Amino acid sequence: MKILVCISNVPDTTTKIKFNNEKTEFDKTGVQWIINPWDELALTRALELKETSNGVITAVTVATVGLIDSEPTIRKALAIGADNAVRVNANPKDAYYVAGQIAEVVKKDGYEIVICGIESSDYNGSAVGGMLSEFLEYSSVSSVSGMNIDGGNIVVNREIDGGKETLAVKAPFVAVVQKGIAINPRIPNMRGIMMAKTKSLAVVEPAAMDELTSYETYELPAAKAACKMISAENVKELIDLLHNEAKVI
Amino acid sequence: MAILVYTENWEGKFKKLSYELVSYAAKLAEDMGTQVVAVSIGNTDKEQLKTLGKYGASKVIAVCNGELNTLHNRAYTAVLAQVAQKENAKIVVLAHNNTGKALAPRLSVKLKAGLVSGVVALPISYQPVTFRKKSFNGSAFANVKVNSPSAIVTLFQNSYEIVEKGIEPTIEEFVPTFPEINAQVTNVDKVTGKILLTDAEIVVSGGRGMKGPENWAPIEEFASLLGAATACSRPVSDENWRPHSEHVGQTGKIIAPNLYFALGISGAIQHLGGVSSSKCIVAVNTDKDAPIFEAANYGIIGDVKKVLPDLVAAYKEFKAS
Repeated sequence: MKILVCISNVPDTTTKIKFNNEKTEFDKTGVQWIINPWDELALTRALELKETSNGVITAVTVATVGLIDSEPTIRKALAIGADNAVRVNANPKDAYYVAGQIAEVVKKDGYEIVICGIESSDYNGSAVGGMLSEFLEYSSVSSVSGMNIDGGNIVVNREIDGGKETLAVKAPFVAVVQKGIAINPRIPNMRGIMMAKTKSLAVVEPAAMDELTSYETYELPAAKAACKMISAENVKELIDLLHNEAKVI
Repeated sequence: MAILVYTENWEGKFKKLSYELVSYAAKLAEDMGTQVVAVSIGNTDKEQLKTLGKYGASKVIAVCNGELNTLHNRAYTAVLAQVAQKENAKIVVLAHNNTGKALAPRLSVKLKAGLVSGVVALPISYQPVTFRKKSFNGSAFANVKVNSPSAIVTLFQNSYEIVEKGIEPTIEEFVPTFPEINAQVTNVDKVTGKILLTDAEIVVSGGRGMKGPENWAPIEEFASLLGAATACSRPVSDENWRPHSEHVGQTGKIIAPNLYFALGISGAIQHLGGVSSSKCIVAVNTDKDAPIFEAANYGIIGDVKKVLPDLVAAYKEFKAS
């Protein structure tokens, strides 16, 4: 079986978020780009599964929809250990468009397991994984916090309100993964970085696909009133404020 | 035409979240001159279904099928798509929770309807329909225009107040068709009797400033006095002081309670991403320059291990008075 991990190229999570003067576009000046944190965990788990599957998993491929400026992030995924990569050469404007492009990649190359992070840390859409599964008419499991392969059987853990479910699923399927899928993301080592330079990074042109939504404008949250400080010697005052002023207790 | 709302049930019962969704849908319907149809999947009795009318549903469609007692994304999507088509839904509203995030994107493709997820307010425009959503982990809002004839939204919890309408809804049973289910739930592991973090109106959360898992008793006590859920910051769950299910923050759970206590939490940007929508934040920290004080409404500079017992005592006194 082959695994495809979908990767999103996102601003470092400590980036100070700014927009252009018209507030229509994210200001990319000086921004460091990283693999979306959930996708990095997805990739880590995919590699662990490949290494422990006794040959059941034959390859782990990463795919992204992005222009050439997303290549450093893809090379990082290769350095972490992905076997090869596919980049769909397009600006990823809308989740429907992106999922549709990745679906074409899956249809062409045939992956039995597709893993996507639950959301990207920029647009927070939580959309591509689910959309992809519907484009492919695959079953999908979302909120996945654990995944194991036992022979041909795939066992996943799904977070539910106040607990966890274990599901046995049959390939092909899409796993939308979140915290817990891997403990710590893998960090590329020197050998990985050297090897990444020689791994295949295929660039494919996008298929015709609609954009169902457009990001029109952005707004920063209104400035918050200053924090009201209360003396540690007088916590009674805090209780009073929470009751009478904030009216939350 | 209709506004369709998917109302999830938990062991046959709806929650406040379900009524928030119906209330939101009712306002959309009012503005667009149409009515709300709610759809429920699973075993829910008539009395429960009727409560959806109280918040504005004119019609409730009940789908009951043994195979649909647990969430199967592909099958549920097929069901919702059939109902949406039958009712000519202009907008479909789901919760921005585990279930909504699993179903809304699939439904978007199935119906070819633009999805805006993590919506926090009523549309800023109806022509064309444009929704405000959270982006960049709560650091910004984006206004997203839907280009397709119908739209799908997932609404953040606690972003719309429930409003009573007092409608007596018609209840209709619907028998859907859906593709074969090829996933099977083999085990369910559920904590019962605890207030769920995502349901809680008040959350008491501890960070590294608590110094160790052995110091959590006052947090538990304070939470139980307040009827609150307990939570923690990422380092705390990484160190296994507390279970991962309690981690709030960008990569953990994103919550929006009325009151959030950040105790010994410095407030890294990733933590704030998970709690910044709380209505009121109280921070206790030894470091006066900790970023949590920029996000907080009320702050106390001090050692949480000393301040917390005083807080518990003061709250007990307040309750008694």
